[in-house]
Amino acid sequence: MAKVTNFFHTVFVKAIWQTFFVKWIWQTFCIAWVHDAFWKNLVVKKWKFDRWKGWVYLLPAIILLAVFTIYPIFNTVRIAFLDDYRNAGHNAGEVYTMGIENFRWVIKDTLYFLPALKNTMLLCFITVPISTFLALLIAVCLNAIKPLRRFLQTIFFLPYVTNSIAIGMVFMAMFNVTGHVSISMDNAQTLGVVNIFLQAIGIEPINWINAGSTYWSNMAVAIIYIVWNALPFKILILLGGLQSVNKQYYEAAKIDGTPRWRVFTRITVPLLSPMLAYVVITGFIGGFKEYSSIVGIFGDDMQSAGGNTLQTMVGYIQNSLDPMSGDGEGVASAAALILFAIIFVVTMINLYVSKKKTHY
Amino acid sequence: MKVELQNLTKIFPSRNKKSGEEVVAVNNFTFTIPDGKLVGLLGPSGCGKSTTLYMISGLQQPTSGKILFGDEDVTDLSPEHRGIGLVFQNYALYPHMTVKQNILFPLQNLRGADKLAKDEMLKRAHEAAKLVQIDELMDRKPSELSGGQQQRVAIARALVKMPRVLLLDEPLSNLDARLRLQTREEIRRIQKETGITTVFVTHDQEEAMSISDMIVVMKLGVVQQVGKPQEIYDSPTNLFVAKFLGTPPINVFAGRVESEKLYIGDDAVLDVKGAPDGNVTVGIRPEGFIIDEKGALSCNISNVEVMGRDVSVVSTHSASLNPTIRSIIDADEKPAADATVAKFALKPHKVFLFNAETEERIYFEV
Repeated sequence: MAKVTNFFHTVFVKAIWQTFFVKWIWQTFCIAWVHDAFWKNLVVKKWKFDRWKGWVYLLPAIILLAVFTIYPIFNTVRIAFLDDYRNAGHNAGEVYTMGIENFRWVIKDTLYFLPALKNTMLLCFITVPISTFLALLIAVCLNAIKPLRRFLQTIFFLPYVTNSIAIGMVFMAMFNVTGHVSISMDNAQTLGVVNIFLQAIGIEPINWINAGSTYWSNMAVAIIYIVWNALPFKILILLGGLQSVNKQYYEAAKIDGTPRWRVFTRITVPLLSPMLAYVVITGFIGGFKEYSSIVGIFGDDMQSAGGNTLQTMVGYIQNSLDPMSGDGEGVASAAALILFAIIFVVTMINLYVSKKKTHY
Repeated sequence: MKVELQNLTKIFPSRNKKSGEEVVAVNNFTFTIPDGKLVGLLGPSGCGKSTTLYMISGLQQPTSGKILFGDEDVTDLSPEHRGIGLVFQNYALYPHMTVKQNILFPLQNLRGADKLAKDEMLKRAHEAAKLVQIDELMDRKPSELSGGQQQRVAIARALVKMPRVLLLDEPLSNLDARLRLQTREEIRRIQKETGITTVFVTHDQEEAMSISDMIVVMKLGVVQQVGKPQEIYDSPTNLFVAKFLGTPPINVFAGRVESEKLYIGDDAVLDVKGAPDGNVTVGIRPEGFIIDEKGALSCNISNVEVMGRDVSVVSTHSASLNPTIRSIIDADEKPAADATVAKFALKPHKVFLFNAETEERIYFEV
């Protein structure tokens, strides 16, 4: 019982911290505030007289930014280059030497870091294309129908407003075991809904996530979960894009007798390309930061019951910070910088490609 | 291709469910557009002219009535099978394609027997581009073109598949004044060169008069008058048409006819043989006034605007239904600089009488 409470405690605190503090406060507060205050008071109005006022308006945001973002960024960089930095074992007056020992440790960590890197990469490069394609398909379909559109839109949006840990647990139940192995009464397991469905259409139940499951069956569950979870935001953006497309393009295409498929590939997709680029870029960034979904399905240690690790990079960073079993803040910081570098490079490639493809 | 509209009616269901009122956008429109002519649908916004155009295009279905291209009934034919080219008000050029790709697009859609070889497509795209004089801009994107150039691309795209009928929706409304003059001549030229039956929609009477072979004046879904531009201007059938055509607009007075004499205020201004007695609304074109010491209509001058060849005399009269009367006078005959009262004689063929209630024209012998 204690373990369960503990699990819930850590998981929920982390989830709430992540979802609400970082996402909500951060995005609405800072970005909106900085933007409004800056443009309204610093630029548009009389510059001379209102300058100090603008800074006053900016102050709360600046303080929050400084404490929760700017300082941590610089500190992360500093700590990453302090050899073997560990807060837990830190003695008063002890001085760490500067060096790249942390980075060396991280990239040589074949037991944890390299699998985490591989998992993250796989998840990213598999889920982003699938979810983008599905979202595009659903958005186009939603845009094409009139009755029930609002209702369906709401349904598709539900995953976005549902707690990802809670969904993870539901997925855990849905993908539950194969029923046919002998099971002792005390840990009786029922057939999950997915396997019931598979059985109904005549496919052998698959051991998705339980003891003895394979890495790829674990991965499949994670991918299905992440794709499903990523859909609402993408559908929302793409549907918004579709609705802002001038209907006359379609009328013009109609008069020219353009076949449907050609309308989709030659008109809809190119006109949506800025939104598609946005969705892909944010999808990749989100994918590289994948964490709570894996925790939701496989628990805090990100290990499946089959013994496969599904740890992600953020999971690796998180576990390194553990005062008892982790490798310390130095290693975590180094891993964070590597993750940053990867995201940076991938985003740059994305931007470069999308700039070539989307300008009009 | 002759286009025949028979009792064309379009009724839009009410958007407001409570009131339940239907909107009759086009009411019983019967008209034959002769082959190879340029026809302007003219009217204020909401008069159903665009709806008519979209019904000809097939993008909208008439509630009742028939549309014939030549002898073929196309009422139930979908737009792509009608063989029409449509130029949208905002051109609707695909922003991500170059001019060339935009013009090629309709050709690339052709399937089956109509399918063209690549060279043939390029050749036709170039011909169309040359016709509208944009063949030097083929590799630009629409955003890199001026409004007038975009307009030409849109026309080229509509023409490239050699439509039977060309439809233009407010073709000049997005252009500035100078380009408008230039482009309307351009449209006229292109129409003449291709000989395609062309219908265009406009709310600008000057535009319609300047290039059309025929004008259809519409109001609230009902056709008011059909005819050649000059005929309509010279002989409007009702007050609405008289007011709608002409710049500066026609001057309107309250008047009455007594024993074949027209009175404005207390002055008998004109002999109107054959007009019955009673109250009338009088329309006088600005060029219908003659400065004359013995003229019967005396107005108080408020301003004289010099325009070079002519002067425009702005004056007031108690019986005028407009705040001011505007008359165009030859500069040699302008009133004296210190004159406060202008005496006008009237040119009978520039004076129109309308029934004060029905606003229908009352004819008299000139």
